[in-house]
Amino acid sequence: MPTKLPPVDVVIVGSGWTGGIVAKELASTGLKILMLERGKFQDTNPDFIAPQSHDALKYSRRLDLAQDLSKETITFRNDRGQTALPMRQYGFFIPGSGVGGSGAHWSGLTWRWGEWEHRMLSGTVEKYGRSLIPEDMTIQDWPISYKDIEPYYDRFEKVCGVSGKAGNLRGKIQAGGNPFEARRQNEFPLPPMTPTQSMTMFEGATKKLGYHPFPIPASNCSTDYVNPDGVALGACHYCGHCTNYGCEANAKASPHFTMIPLARANTGFELRTNAMVLKVNLDSTGKKATGVTYADARGREFEQPADLVIVSAFVMGNVQLMLHSGIGKPYDPQTGEGVVGRNYAYQSLGGARVEVPRDVFMNPFMGAGALGMWIDDFASNNFDFAKAGYIGGAGISAGQNSGDPLTYRPTTPGSPRWGAGWKKGMVEAYQHTMSVGFQGAVMSYRQNYMDLDPTYRDHWGRPLLRLTFDWQSNEQKVMAATFAHCQRIAGEISGKAPATATPGRAMAGRRFNSVPYQTSHNTGGAVFGDDPRTSAVNKYMQSWDVPNVFVLGASALPQNAARNPTGPVGALAFWAADAIREKYLKRPGRLV
Amino acid sequence: MSDDDKTRADRRTILKFAGLGMGAAAMPLAAQQTDPIPQPGAAPVPAPPAPPSGHDMAAHAAKPAQSAGDAPRLGYIFLDAEEAAFVEAFVDTIIPADEYSPKGSELGVATFVDRQLYSAWGQGRNMYLQGPFQEGTPEQGYQMSLAPADMVRLGIADLNAWARKTYADNSFDTVTDAQRVEIVTALEANKITLDAVPTPLFFNMLYQLTTDGFFADPLHGGNRGKASWTMLGYPGVGEMFADKIAEWRGKPFRVDDPQSILDLS
Repeated sequence: MPTKLPPVDVVIVGSGWTGGIVAKELASTGLKILMLERGKFQDTNPDFIAPQSHDALKYSRRLDLAQDLSKETITFRNDRGQTALPMRQYGFFIPGSGVGGSGAHWSGLTWRWGEWEHRMLSGTVEKYGRSLIPEDMTIQDWPISYKDIEPYYDRFEKVCGVSGKAGNLRGKIQAGGNPFEARRQNEFPLPPMTPTQSMTMFEGATKKLGYHPFPIPASNCSTDYVNPDGVALGACHYCGHCTNYGCEANAKASPHFTMIPLARANTGFELRTNAMVLKVNLDSTGKKATGVTYADARGREFEQPADLVIVSAFVMGNVQLMLHSGIGKPYDPQTGEGVVGRNYAYQSLGGARVEVPRDVFMNPFMGAGALGMWIDDFASNNFDFAKAGYIGGAGISAGQNSGDPLTYRPTTPGSPRWGAGWKKGMVEAYQHTMSVGFQGAVMSYRQNYMDLDPTYRDHWGRPLLRLTFDWQSNEQKVMAATFAHCQRIAGEISGKAPATATPGRAMAGRRFNSVPYQTSHNTGGAVFGDDPRTSAVNKYMQSWDVPNVFVLGASALPQNAARNPTGPVGALAFWAADAIREKYLKRPGRLV
Repeated sequence: MSDDDKTRADRRTILKFAGLGMGAAAMPLAAQQTDPIPQPGAAPVPAPPAPPSGHDMAAHAAKPAQSAGDAPRLGYIFLDAEEAAFVEAFVDTIIPADEYSPKGSELGVATFVDRQLYSAWGQGRNMYLQGPFQEGTPEQGYQMSLAPADMVRLGIADLNAWARKTYADNSFDTVTDAQRVEIVTALEANKITLDAVPTPLFFNMLYQLTTDGFFADPLHGGNRGKASWTMLGYPGVGEMFADKIAEWRGKPFRVDDPQSILDLS
């Protein structure tokens, strides 16, 4: 029997961006708030202090900031005809753990999505009719518009000290920014980061081809910065240890230093680590949550009563917790009914490697997580869908992240994988290689979803979350077309056809492969919407069925864009936190 | 039998008699440190960068960096004598001595492999290893019940058994250099069938460990003298480039001695 603890007003599951934002935004209410984090406590000092924080083996290979897969993982299959099997070691995504969650080890690309990306269904149908949308595609509009969320994008950018250049400032197109950008009220809080050689070459080539390059909005501060909450962020060192690492300079925004200390200003706030939430408890009606049950590091179970439960445990954790707790109807791919687990989507990556002249040195070790140039000419609805024959598109970029040779060591084309020729190939290529990569949008489909696995269990005896996902033909077309664009750009940079290339993992005939790391940008499973038949939560991320439960994060996004989801995730957390503070707490109950 | 081969065979005999994993201790440590490789067509290698500014950790470097010859002598923890001889021979095949660097075993790569196999990671601490076990599709990834250390141990025994049959009772560490290249080539091409472990899994695991040991921070026992970092011109983990990135754009930035975590802590 779990030990019953004294009640709190609010319990927050997870200490990443969304949980952190809600905890901080509710601090002023003086409510008793308990945050439960499955992983360890960590802070910049001492956990992310250099030089130890630059250990590529520990962080980039052994993924020290990731979830312990021996305790919990997912099972995966491409289609319902297969038996799903566990992801036994880290695969296509890296789930974060510890205070700050994935926000401690992310790269820092902080996008606003474009206007069309907030209404992909109606925006597409209005312009092209229904014919581009296959019968099994289940994309849907956000329940709120870009205009509704714009101030919240602005807030998140200011919190993070995003470095960038506006492209559309109050309707005026700005030189050097993204001309396809949705209208913004304010310039980025910080100027763009210092470009690398690869970025200037990409910029030159894409301009020559008539495209519109701009610096990627980066939560890697280009200068020292104090955010509106009074939190000091340091200037980025360009040390090349961002992705999978914590940042010793607090230059890469993370909830562990932006949100958690401010939440702690509320004396009623407590952060409890090594606390794995197993279930949201419901009362006998099933319409009201009474709190959560969690296990501590020793495996002892505790029942924590609470009036309000915020589920903010990454995409997979959110969906799993809803399914284990009986919150919302599980999705059934056969009937298309049910909402929890519905509309899972991912992103696709690929690109072309470019050999640059031997008198040009790339210094690949001078990098940062979000340091790069990008074009949106083939993303969103910025080009003619009907002509392309698909929806979604892809962003194309050249960036410089880490030149640590443990993870970055290109070879000259045709080099062997080992021996003397291999060493020679590396020495010749290390300073003279760059790549042009793409990141493609992925739509939602009836057959791509999450549910509970019938066989495999986690450390605490609960069924693992089962993911069923495969590329569909729309995405395969996006990949093939975008790869051709990458090749053209690579050719323009090098003056010759790219020597080696990855045609994307989603080329026709190839199934989604869960083995190599691709991106952690999972979306969906508990999507937000206006219709309880096609959404698990309402526009404030409040469960339709259990109104004192809010489910925050990328699980709310009804399909994925060609851009990293952290910007929308952060903005939506502020949006939901406002609704909780200004509406829900004043009159608990369904807000819609 | 060439002199080299004879030395190798003798050493193996010594190891067998001693019954101890003293491979690394028995090896002469790298005496020669290669000079930085001039880049073809490059401008002259610039002088070391200006004195470190505020947040440049080079400022904390109190003692001179270790050279390969200063490396401590380390015994094996996980590998037994036969396995250690195998791993030394393997890392020397993947990383031969040439104009670019000393050979793998002299760089501590075998020591690195040993430590990794003994580590929590090697023992499968972070892997989901609950059953039931079944093969699945290639898209579903690794589905065996073996931790990395188990896989390497079983694979070494299998490959040595195969080598003894094929090369007149020689194990992988006692065949000639040319024969080792032959074997690793066949292994990589999945042309040798092993008993317990699928060949590609075994090869890729050992290959990954070997290359990791070549390039990881010397903190972990490999990459002695930061030989691979010097080879590529990687300046190490101590450099901060905020004030250098624009100045050196397109130009060859090099330092005389890359900084490792060991140098800075």
